[in-house]
Amino acid sequence: MNSMDSMNSMDNTESANVSHAQQSNYNFAYLDEQSKRTIRRGLLKAVAIPGHQVPFAGREMPMPYGWGTGGVQLTASILGEKDVLKVIDQGSDDTTNAVSIRRFFERTAAVKTTTATEEATVIQTRHRIPEQSLSNDQILIFQVPIPDPLRFIEPSETETQKMHALEEYGVMHVKLYEDIAHYGHIATTYAYPALVNERYVMDPSPIPKFDNPKLHMNEALLLFGAGREKRLYAVPPYTKVKSLDFDDHPFEIQQWEENCALCGSDNSFLDEVIVDDEGTRMYVCSDSHYCSQRVAEQEQEQVSSSHSQNKSEDLA
Amino acid sequence: MKMPVVETQPLLTVNNVQKLYAINRGCQDVNFSLYPGEVLGIVGESGSGKSTLLNCLSGQAAPNSGDIIYHTRAGEDLNIYDINEAKRRLLMRSEFGIVKQHPRDGLRMRVSAGANIGERLMAVGDRHYGHIRDVASNWLEQVEIDAERVDHLPSEFSGGMQQRLQIARVLATHPRLVLMDEPTGGLDVSVQAKILDLIRTLVADLNLSVIMVTHDLAVARLLCHRLIVMQKSRVVESGLTDQILDDPQHAYTQLLVSSVLTP
Ligand SMILES: Nc1ncnc2c1ncn2[C@@H]1O[C@H](COP(=O)(O)OP(=O)(O)O)[C@@H](O)[C@H]1O
Ligand SMILES: [Mg+2]
Ligand SMILES: [Zn+2]
Repeated sequence: MNSMDSMNSMDNTESANVSHAQQSNYNFAYLDEQSKRTIRRGLLKAVAIPGHQVPFAGREMPMPYGWGTGGVQLTASILGEKDVLKVIDQGSDDTTNAVSIRRFFERTAAVKTTTATEEATVIQTRHRIPEQSLSNDQILIFQVPIPDPLRFIEPSETETQKMHALEEYGVMHVKLYEDIAHYGHIATTYAYPALVNERYVMDPSPIPKFDNPKLHMNEALLLFGAGREKRLYAVPPYTKVKSLDFDDHPFEIQQWEENCALCGSDNSFLDEVIVDDEGTRMYVCSDSHYCSQRVAEQEQEQVSSSHSQNKSEDLA
Repeated sequence: MKMPVVETQPLLTVNNVQKLYAINRGCQDVNFSLYPGEVLGIVGESGSGKSTLLNCLSGQAAPNSGDIIYHTRAGEDLNIYDINEAKRRLLMRSEFGIVKQHPRDGLRMRVSAGANIGERLMAVGDRHYGHIRDVASNWLEQVEIDAERVDHLPSEFSGGMQQRLQIARVLATHPRLVLMDEPTGGLDVSVQAKILDLIRTLVADLNLSVIMVTHDLAVARLLCHRLIVMQKSRVVESGLTDQILDDPQHAYTQLLVSSVLTP
């Protein structure tokens, strides 16, 4: 059973997990079944009200908050034995954070892990949405530090809840107004606020605004978990997500003059890296799997084209 | 002072409003009507219940009993505490304007003057940056702040300028009813006069309906068409400003007037 099914039939996961629990000191995926069930109940509510923040009784996880405990708890709650897990941090499968979380679930749930986006059924992420399109049998789980987009201007939790309930979102545009007044354009580049399903304004977590268009009508189920603030929210598959903007300053994504130095991509999110002591810069895809896949494909093409070249030389 | 043309339909009708924190502390037995274009002053010594009454009128504190009926732009008569909170907050945003005594309570101190004025526009759906900014600049000029300062933070302004900015912020969405609680109370006497002049001009130019709390009878005389006098939570006298200040009937009003006239 994979996580999509486990969202649908909550009870079966439990029995499927018992055998594993008997063999190790942890329950399957670390969290106890009771906590998982509570979180799944919260997730169902979140799916039913796209973009609405649902409180949940967060559990202590054996890692600090900054490590994405919100995302880890959601992943633990929906993971089934047949799931294939991918973990990315800043687009990469190889950072300390990504590696630790992947190991954590290898140890506690013994699920198969992968770096290949298309193979994964569950992807836990920090800072990025993969470049390649996701499908409707995949779940993307975001680690979120500050779930409430209204928090920056309104410190009172009761008041922000009321503002969400009453759709009082004028202040969100105040922030964008200030950007234009000071910089001549909307300078917000990360955690760019978006209106979900024409109702709730959401902080899409610190993804670059480059990724905001991918939220719109995505085929995958998008889940967001904030560990410290104990909030979760969701964008169900095929949901409208509109980045906030002004009529005369429409939303725009980041663009680069350069192409990726490794794979040549001209439409992926690029990271600037310094490659030597002289400060030489290079731009490479932040999505490491996407990039290496493209490089591999290009090598393949070269090999096959040189093969066919050899063949034609042979024939000659 | 020129009296407004009285329309037959009151903008606001207050029936037997009561909100008490303790015996005779708060307001009770309050009845009056406010007509479009009128400026009504609520006067009385400190602690007499003026702010309590104003908070009831501005949707911020539900009275224990009584009705406050507002005649909307659309021609509906709404009991402002019978409608749900969403509708009440929308009404406050779109038809009411509330000017606080201390500018910092009515302004967002961390965003620019332009954003402060623009917020109310954006809150009612304006999504054109250029338009919002033009409106903000115009309003700054109307309250005699250099439009060049549209990107400055309120904290860079003097107290008097901050209060004028707050007034601009409130008026930018063209509220029909403006409620002010001691709008010059926190300011030096030297800057009060300018604000009062400004309020007087704007009220006349925009044909605003205003309810203003003040303990300063000189302010009342300058700005208000009519007054209600409060003492220990009750209205003891009400009428035209000149009548009340020149020929007070109630002993308390006489005391109030004489204490001002003989410093
Ligand atoms: N929130 C409150 N809780 C308890 N008592 C209050 C509260 N607000 C006002 N009061 C009391 O009600 C009376 C009227 O206060 P207020 O309306 O502020 O008077 P004014 O504005 O005329 O100075 C005072 O005695 C005050 O102490
Ligand atoms: Mg008061
Ligand atoms: Zn690349």
